[in-house]
Amino acid sequence: MRARGLPRGRALDPGALREVEDLLAGTSRDGDQLLEHLHLLQDRLGHLPARHLRALATWMRLPMAAVFETATFYAHFDFVDDDESPPPALTLRVCSSLSCQLAGADALGRELARGVDPARVRVMTAPCMGRCQEAPVVQAGRRHVGRATPARVQDVVESGRFDPEPIDWPRFAAYRSAGGYRVLEDLRAGRVTVEALAAELEAAGLRGLGGAGFPTHRKWRLVRAEPAPRYVVINADEGEPGTFKDRHYLERAPHQCLEGALVSAEAVGAAAIYVYLRDEYPGLHRVLREAIAEIETAGLAPSGFIFLRRGAGAYICGEESALIESLEGKPGKPRHRPPYVAERGLFGRPTLVNNVETAYWIPEIHRRGGEWFARQGRRGRKGLRSFSVSGRVSHPGVHVAPAGITLRELVDEYCGGMADGHELLGYLPGGASGGILPASLADLPLDFGTLEPHGCFIGSAGIIVLSTADELRAALVNLVAFFSDESCGQCTPCRIGTEKMLALLARETWDAEQLARLAQVMADASICGLGQAAPNPVLASLRYFRGRLAAEGVRVVGQDSAT
Amino acid sequence: MSAPLPPEAFELSLDGRSVVARAGETLWQVARRHGETIPHLCLRDAPGYRADGNCRACMVEIEGEKALAASCIREARPGMVVRSTSSERACRARADVVTLLLADQPPRTAAPDRSSSFWHTVEALGLDGDAARRGLPRREQGAVRRDDSHPAMHVDLGACIQCGLCVRACREVQVNDVIGLAHRGARSQVVFDFDDPMGESTCVGCGECVQACPTGALMPAGLVDATGRGDSAATDRQVHSVCPYCGVGCQLTYHVKDDRIVDVTGRNGPSNLGRLCVKGRFGLDYLGHPARLTRPLVRGPGVPKALDPDFDPARPLTHFREASWEEALDRAASGLRTLRDEHGPAALAGFGSAKCSNEEAWLFQKLVRTGFGSNNVDHCTRLCHASSVAALMECIGSGAVTASFMQVLQADVAILVGCNPAVNHPVAATFFKQAAKRGTKLIVLDPRGQALGDYAYRMVRFTPGADVALLDALLNVIVTEGLHDAEFIARHTEGFEALARHLRTTTPEAMAPLCGVPPEEIRDIARTYATAERAMIFWGMGISQHVHGTDNARCLVSLALATGHVGRPGTGLHPLRGQNNVQGASDAGLIPMVLPDYHPVGNALYRAAFEELWGARLDPEPGLTVVEVMHAIHAGTVRGMYILGENPAMSDPDVDRTRAALARLEHLVVQDLFVTETAQLADVILPASAWPEKDGTATNTNRQVQMGRAAVPLPGDARPDWWIIQEIARRFGLAWNYAHPRDVFAEMQQGMDSLANLSWQRIDRDDSVTYPSLAADAPGEDVVFADRFPTASGKARFSPVLPLPPDEPVDDAYPLVLITGRQLEHWHTGAMTRRTRVLDALEPEAVASLAPGELARLGIAPGGRVRIATRRGRVELAARADPLMREGMVFVPFCYAEAPANRLTNPSLDPFGKIPEFKYAACRVEPAGGSDLV
Repeated sequence: MRARGLPRGRALDPGALREVEDLLAGTSRDGDQLLEHLHLLQDRLGHLPARHLRALATWMRLPMAAVFETATFYAHFDFVDDDESPPPALTLRVCSSLSCQLAGADALGRELARGVDPARVRVMTAPCMGRCQEAPVVQAGRRHVGRATPARVQDVVESGRFDPEPIDWPRFAAYRSAGGYRVLEDLRAGRVTVEALAAELEAAGLRGLGGAGFPTHRKWRLVRAEPAPRYVVINADEGEPGTFKDRHYLERAPHQCLEGALVSAEAVGAAAIYVYLRDEYPGLHRVLREAIAEIETAGLAPSGFIFLRRGAGAYICGEESALIESLEGKPGKPRHRPPYVAERGLFGRPTLVNNVETAYWIPEIHRRGGEWFARQGRRGRKGLRSFSVSGRVSHPGVHVAPAGITLRELVDEYCGGMADGHELLGYLPGGASGGILPASLADLPLDFGTLEPHGCFIGSAGIIVLSTADELRAALVNLVAFFSDESCGQCTPCRIGTEKMLALLARETWDAEQLARLAQVMADASICGLGQAAPNPVLASLRYFRGRLAAEGVRVVGQDSAT
Repeated sequence: MSAPLPPEAFELSLDGRSVVARAGETLWQVARRHGETIPHLCLRDAPGYRADGNCRACMVEIEGEKALAASCIREARPGMVVRSTSSERACRARADVVTLLLADQPPRTAAPDRSSSFWHTVEALGLDGDAARRGLPRREQGAVRRDDSHPAMHVDLGACIQCGLCVRACREVQVNDVIGLAHRGARSQVVFDFDDPMGESTCVGCGECVQACPTGALMPAGLVDATGRGDSAATDRQVHSVCPYCGVGCQLTYHVKDDRIVDVTGRNGPSNLGRLCVKGRFGLDYLGHPARLTRPLVRGPGVPKALDPDFDPARPLTHFREASWEEALDRAASGLRTLRDEHGPAALAGFGSAKCSNEEAWLFQKLVRTGFGSNNVDHCTRLCHASSVAALMECIGSGAVTASFMQVLQADVAILVGCNPAVNHPVAATFFKQAAKRGTKLIVLDPRGQALGDYAYRMVRFTPGADVALLDALLNVIVTEGLHDAEFIARHTEGFEALARHLRTTTPEAMAPLCGVPPEEIRDIARTYATAERAMIFWGMGISQHVHGTDNARCLVSLALATGHVGRPGTGLHPLRGQNNVQGASDAGLIPMVLPDYHPVGNALYRAAFEELWGARLDPEPGLTVVEVMHAIHAGTVRGMYILGENPAMSDPDVDRTRAALARLEHLVVQDLFVTETAQLADVILPASAWPEKDGTATNTNRQVQMGRAAVPLPGDARPDWWIIQEIARRFGLAWNYAHPRDVFAEMQQGMDSLANLSWQRIDRDDSVTYPSLAADAPGEDVVFADRFPTASGKARFSPVLPLPPDEPVDDAYPLVLITGRQLEHWHTGAMTRRTRVLDALEPEAVASLAPGELARLGIAPGGRVRIATRRGRVELAARADPLMREGMVFVPFCYAEAPANRLTNPSLDPFGKIPEFKYAACRVEPAGGSDLV
């Protein structure tokens, strides 16, 4: 061996450093900006060349390893080493969520791959894009194609228009003239106290609508009691397959959601608001950017009070502590609780994390009264729920319905019944995580806490309706493959458990005991809800659908003692 | 009736019994204290390792909670009801988690470490690897996951369980920031930088990751065979000791097999907390190098004294012949004795070694003083911190550090000037980096950039040699802006008014052109340091190795005194000492002007005390220093020398002249491990002991006296240094009769107040004791001078200075500044490190570092060969393009015999410390032709 002509490790390319400096001129070098900076590079260059990341590490004074960890964790970043060729200019992402699979996404993806020049276009699958009511969905560049067919996608490819589809949204003036931002001003002027407002939310029974269902007023009180500085984070990382209600509210009422966020910030005395928007909603990025600018222009919030941040393709970042890690520029790996994010969240400070829809309801409840909201439920349940319904129904979409409604009622009253020619086999009450219930349990009230005795939960109320024409086994494989792809990899039971479960489902004979035991360690020992809930569809199937599985040719042996 | 609980303690229920927990303890720790070690893989129960709770092997059940909890990361709370072994659910989760991991592991017989903690856990849980692999589908193993690109460490990611301990080791414990856990889910993978082969990454080889890895996925390369199988437990014994390399003094454990050190692990010593660097962990095989001296040698008849380029140290019999110890000792001693008898005591001089023990240093200076009859005894402190010690003695009455480097963790601000700890004190650097990550503002001042710059509040690359200009400007700001600590100055110092007057002209504006630092930056640094609640100053040879080295250090003392940043936790002055025992060797009196504990030889009172202790007359005249001895040889005054473990033929400035001097000696005795460049000029060579072959204490930079223990036998006929010194002494008629170093230490305690309350037994028991220690059962003082300084008045003294130019400024003929120093991988003159497999593989060849722009201007490609010339000589070596270098300078390490940097250096001395100006020589760099592009 002879002397090295350069210091240890990858050499810094001065040209790449200059490009990085130019591109990021005027931006912060703080580590929490890493995702934002990676986005700028990926947007500009179409991928992340190693030499630019080397330069970025130097520019941000971050370890190369830290940059690489984040760049390779998120699906929307394409790290390309010096000796690798960059991806084609255009990427077609075929949504692989269960709803899209039911609508023929697999065949669509195969056909698309056959029809394109791989040097110009790459075709890949991607998790739920939150447009399940128009399944199957394909994303061409940053433009979504609903009810996609090869021909429709080809039209878009040829049009060369890959920017997000435009969204027509109510602007500040319109929202304002309809009484918007009054709660915020009332609160600031002291016409309404935080306590009164919290009491109103308590009376309404408003709970965290991201899926956990924690009472909003209690979260406020917890965070308020912690020392300043405190932060508010709005979780717009809606990623639960089959869920698209947050997109619905952000497209139709961005200012109402932001008012809810500002009110929350006022309530807990926050130093700043961070809105974490999933990267699968590129059109909304512009909506929110403009809406925030309108708020600043109107003087309702100073510049630099509301930060809009982009996710980068990671389901796990919908988990609040993973989301916070991501906001800090790191891979989205959930934190251990305790401490709860209300005590130590963003930048180690007390943080109120609220789902978009939760924020949306806050001004509404103040306007119409907590009583009004609470009155809406059926079967003794309180409030309204925004059901994202997809799958085999006539009118899929977001349906705002009383809490406690049953699946059968929801389908019949709101969705125009089952889709033509389809008969109910079962339904997923809470996206991929919430398990699967059979048609025989279509009369259960849908709400927090009502489905748990049956091994399921409502979560974000993403309802996917299955029909007897659907293959259950394929659905299970789809769901477990999703969890395996999206596991952050931090803890053993989830990282390896999801992978092994997928491999076990590929076997001809299913050993129920083995599956149940694996499910048990995942549920018992995973750090966060992803790993804990990942076996739910499999457990539910062993419990409710053994006959169906047998009919599909799956031999199930053994007792699943865990259920 | 239960006993009262200690404060901040509470009770909880563990497996049905009530146990006491302390605030902040985790459930795992509570269980451990009560006798149960809950299975764990990703937890490393060692200082600095945060629990991460990811492997889930330590689950417990907590009443009222739905899921199980990881006991390693869950804090105990009063009244918790916890079930560990009594929870079937928890026990099953533990077993199932490990089974999941087991399914993808290689069989134990094929594992990179069949004695890893992973396999111990598998065993403890009663799991069967084969059954696990049968029951669960095995992951498709992709391409080969082994990586043997690093000479010291073997990587086999097939055995990795993604527990992240290596990431914490690399990023949080050592803060070397190389390892990451990339990708996600089942594709999660340990990576180096951008998934580079370890050997091509920025890895600095500290080996913390292999020490932390619970599976052997990361293993010392020496412990696995060619097929990648290994066993960390295949050793005969373990010996606890301290590292032989730098002044940090890391405690370590040698793992010995067949009387060979096959592995080294860090131990929880006060200055290293279990950490080591590449040298300490992977650099100890020089003991068994084929060139190791195992028999005494005497110069062959008629062999001329010169460095023969064809001489091979592994085959010395071309120039020397073997001799018995009796003959060699007689020749060695009689040659010296004759010169003394014929020409008087001034004809002899001795260089001791900062690499040997305190006891050996003591014996060596005692031999010179009582046997040779003069104070002509010195050692390499003369080349490193003599000027710092001169300034410290003059200003505060003590030459040692006022606070340990661990105090940086309590400092708000730390100035690091003229030092590069990531290279020269790597484990101390981990403390600096950790402090920076916790919020301590590091201000790094140096002509060269460095790794710590990435963690610094400010990294200032100032003009070489302009230290005083920069430091005086800082002092000017502190005084003119009233940032000084008037109360501290009044109570504890003298001479501030003179300092203030003196500094009137050294404004930032006036000094900026000299030091190349903008005035506003100077002001910010001064304000940041002065207004901090607690601030420290660390420095190295960038300060001391100048003709104005003492002035540089005086400025640093003035900064600390003016701001009152001394004597409190998180404050102080800390010259980072170089050699493992340079502090101890200096304390023990290996210095020509002072007796042990720095008592001037001219002081009749102290002289009398030592005369009584040693039963001999002592010379009241100071002796000659290292470089002065060389002059005296040329002048014909010094005719014979005894050199123990020093290599002046490589380490001294203007080395051609030094070599000529050594060759001129009528009698030269060299005691060393190898035939060094110095030994090649000897008449008699005595085969000595390496550090792991003998017992003895060493004192590190933090004033910690630590126990070194023999781990392996001496090779061949080599002998402990203390034994050899004693044999020479006996041949000088001295009636010495030390049976073991502990006897020597007992005598040292009689002569040195600094060692009060530090008995050999105590050091042996505690491994490390800090001096001063005020009682036999009181811990030593980590921070000193809280009340008074050890001066006659009890006050410290300001010593104002003005900037002086370097001795040899650059000019048109020699336009670049040459700076010499060390590399991470190589120690001093390379005698040891270039004979270790790993270190030699990592830095195999002489290399000069220049700024990429400078190299481009010279038309030299990275890796190309350059010729560097000064007024004293020239060398040829490979060039490295280093972005951390400033243009206008070149850096050359002095460890390479094939391109000795000290052929180039300037022997001019600092008038007070007598230290040469290694950090500034005017030079010329040009292409040498031929390319070594790698």
